[in-house]
Amino acid sequence: MSLLTRRLAFLPWLPAYVAVYFLFLYLPILLIPIFSFNNAATTTFPLAGFTTKWYGTLAGNGAMLEAARNSFVVGVCVAVLSTTLGICAARAITRYRFRGQKAAAGLIMAPLFLPEIIVAVSLLMIVLALGVQLSLITVILGQTVFCVPYAMSVLVSGFEGFDRSLEEASYDLGETALGTFRRVTLPVVAPAIVSSLLVTFTISLDEFILAFFLSGTEPTLPVYIWGQLRFAAKLPGVLALGTIMIAASILMLTLAEILRRRAENRTRIALT
Amino acid sequence: MADRAMIEIQSVSKYYGIYKALDEVSLSISEGEFFSLLGPSGCGKTTLLRSIAGFETPTEGEILIDGVPSVDLPPNRRPTNMVFQNYAIFPHLDVSENVAYGLKRLRLSAEEERKRVADALDQVRLSGLGKRKAHELSGGQRQRVALARALVMRPKVLLLDEPLSALDKKLREEMQVELRMLQKAVGITFVLVTHDQYEALALSDRIAVMFGGRIAQIATPKEIYQRPRTRKVADFLGGMNFLTAKVLGERDDAVSVDAARFGAVSLDKPQGFAAANGEVTIGIRPERLRLLWDDDRAPHELAGRIENRAYFGEVTHLMIDVEGLEQPLSMVETNNYGADDLPIGAEIRLAYDPDAFVLLAEDEAVRRI
Repeated sequence: MSLLTRRLAFLPWLPAYVAVYFLFLYLPILLIPIFSFNNAATTTFPLAGFTTKWYGTLAGNGAMLEAARNSFVVGVCVAVLSTTLGICAARAITRYRFRGQKAAAGLIMAPLFLPEIIVAVSLLMIVLALGVQLSLITVILGQTVFCVPYAMSVLVSGFEGFDRSLEEASYDLGETALGTFRRVTLPVVAPAIVSSLLVTFTISLDEFILAFFLSGTEPTLPVYIWGQLRFAAKLPGVLALGTIMIAASILMLTLAEILRRRAENRTRIALT
Repeated sequence: MADRAMIEIQSVSKYYGIYKALDEVSLSISEGEFFSLLGPSGCGKTTLLRSIAGFETPTEGEILIDGVPSVDLPPNRRPTNMVFQNYAIFPHLDVSENVAYGLKRLRLSAEEERKRVADALDQVRLSGLGKRKAHELSGGQRQRVALARALVMRPKVLLLDEPLSALDKKLREEMQVELRMLQKAVGITFVLVTHDQYEALALSDRIAVMFGGRIAQIATPKEIYQRPRTRKVADFLGGMNFLTAKVLGERDDAVSVDAARFGAVSLDKPQGFAAANGEVTIGIRPERLRLLWDDDRAPHELAGRIENRAYFGEVTHLMIDVEGLEQPLSMVETNNYGADDLPIGAEIRLAYDPDAFVLLAEDEAVRRI
C-alpha cells in the first residue's frame, strides 16, 4: 500500500462519503420498485400495503404493449446494425495498421461525448429536409449512430487478444478461409459479439431523446412513459413498467459483462 | 536416411517495400533431415520458414516441396505443418479437439480419427489430458499440443518457429532431447528456426547460419562449430579468439601464416581464398587453450597473466594477457584442477594446438535496401 492510499484509508469521513454517494445514486432507483408494489396511487410514505395489481394493469394496456413492441423491434435492429458496424470497425482497429487509424477510432467514439440533444436536433433537421417520414426506421438509424461506439469498445476488448496466429494455424492445418472464420474466428470472438448485442439492445431500450425526436407517431417505451407522466393516476403503472425495464437492463448488462470478460480471458490465455 | 531433397529453395528473395528480408537464398533440405535456420533476430530466418509454410510469398525465386513448385500454393494446400512460436492453441477447444482440428477436413471415420488423435497424444506424452482446455495446460504441455496437432496431419515437413523460446531453461533442455527423439521416431523432415546456437547444435543434422537475409554457411553442427567459414559465423556460434596474421606462403590446399606469439601456423585453405594485403583473420576457440600446471610441458606453450576471470560452476572463464598480443586471450578451463582458485594477476602458462586454428573469410557486406 502506498503512503497516499494509507493516508486516505485513515481519513474518517471516507466511508461516510462512499455511503452517501451510493445512497444518492441508487436510492431513487430503489424507490421505483418499492412504490410499484405499493397499494396506493400516490408515491408517499407510509406504504399502504403490498400489491401486484399495477403489474396486472400493464398486461391490459394496449398502448403500452404497442410501445413495448416498438421498443423491441427498434432494440433488435439497433443491436444488429451497430454490432455489425462495430465488428468491422473493431477488426480494422485491432488487426491492421493504417494511416489515420487513431483519428478514425476517435471519430467513431465521438458521439459518446457529443450532447445527445444536439445530435437529435441535427438528425431531425436532416430527416425533415430530405422529406423522409418519421418512423421507427428513423429512430433505428439515429440510435445506431449512437450505439456504434459502445459496440466498438466492447468488441475491441474482445478482439484485441485475438492473435493472427490462431487463423494461420487453422489455414496451416488445411482449413479454408471460410472454414477458418466459422471454426476459429467466430467461436473465439462470439462472446464479445453477444455481449455487444446485449449492451446495444439495452442502450436502445432505455434511450429517450433520439426516440422522442425521431419516432413520429410510434412511441418507444421511454417516449410512452414520458407521455404518461402527465396523468397522476397512471403513475403506479409507469413505476411497474419502470421496474421491469430496470430489471431487464441490469440482467442484460450483467450477462454482457460476464461474456465480455470470458472473451477477453479466452484470447489472453491463448497467447500467454 | 535417403538423400532425396524434400525442400529446395531456389534463389528466393523477399522484399518489404525496398527492404530485403531475404536476399537470393538457395538451399536444399533432405528427406528425414533435422535442419535448423540459425541467426540473430531480423536475419530473415522466420521469413524463410513462413515462406515454406506459405504465409509469405517470395518476391522472387521458387520453393519446391517434395518436388512440387509451391510458391503459389496457399498454406492449406501444402504438405507442411507448423508449430507456432506462441503455439496458437485454439482457446475454445480442448486438447483432443485441438489435435483433431485438421483431421476433420479429411472426413475419416470416427474410429480412425479417435485412434489418430490418441496416437498423436501418446507420441508427445499427453495421453489422458485430452479433455483439458488450453488455459489448464502448462507452457510445456501447450507446446506438446501444438506438436501433436501438427504431427497428426502426417506432414512431409514439420516447421518449428522458435518452439522452445518461451520455456524456462530446464524445461527447454528436456524438450530438446524429446524433440530430437520424436524426430528420429517419426522420420519426418523437421525445419527449426532458432536464435539459440546450443539448441541448433544439439538438435540438427545440418545448420544454416543466416545474417542480413543471406546464408553465411550451411554445414553439420560439428563442422560449423569447428570450421566456421567467416568471422561472424564463428562469433555467433560461441566464443572465439580472433587474431590478425601475416600470410607467409600458400600451397594448393594450405596457407601458412605468422600468428604473432603463436608462431608460424599452417591452416586449411578455404575455397576462393584471397588475402587482403597479405593479412588474414584466424581464430581459435577458448576451450582449445589449456592451462599448464607445475611441471607440465607441451610442444606449444605461451606464458601469460590472468587479467580477469568468471566462475560458471563447472568451468571458469579466464582472460589471459599475453605480451605481444593486441587482445587478451579468452579460455575455458574445467574446475577439476583448481582453475577457480587462481587469483587475478597470477602468472600462468598455457598450451595450444596449432591445428586448432581456423582461417576465417571476410564477411560479405550486408546491403538490405
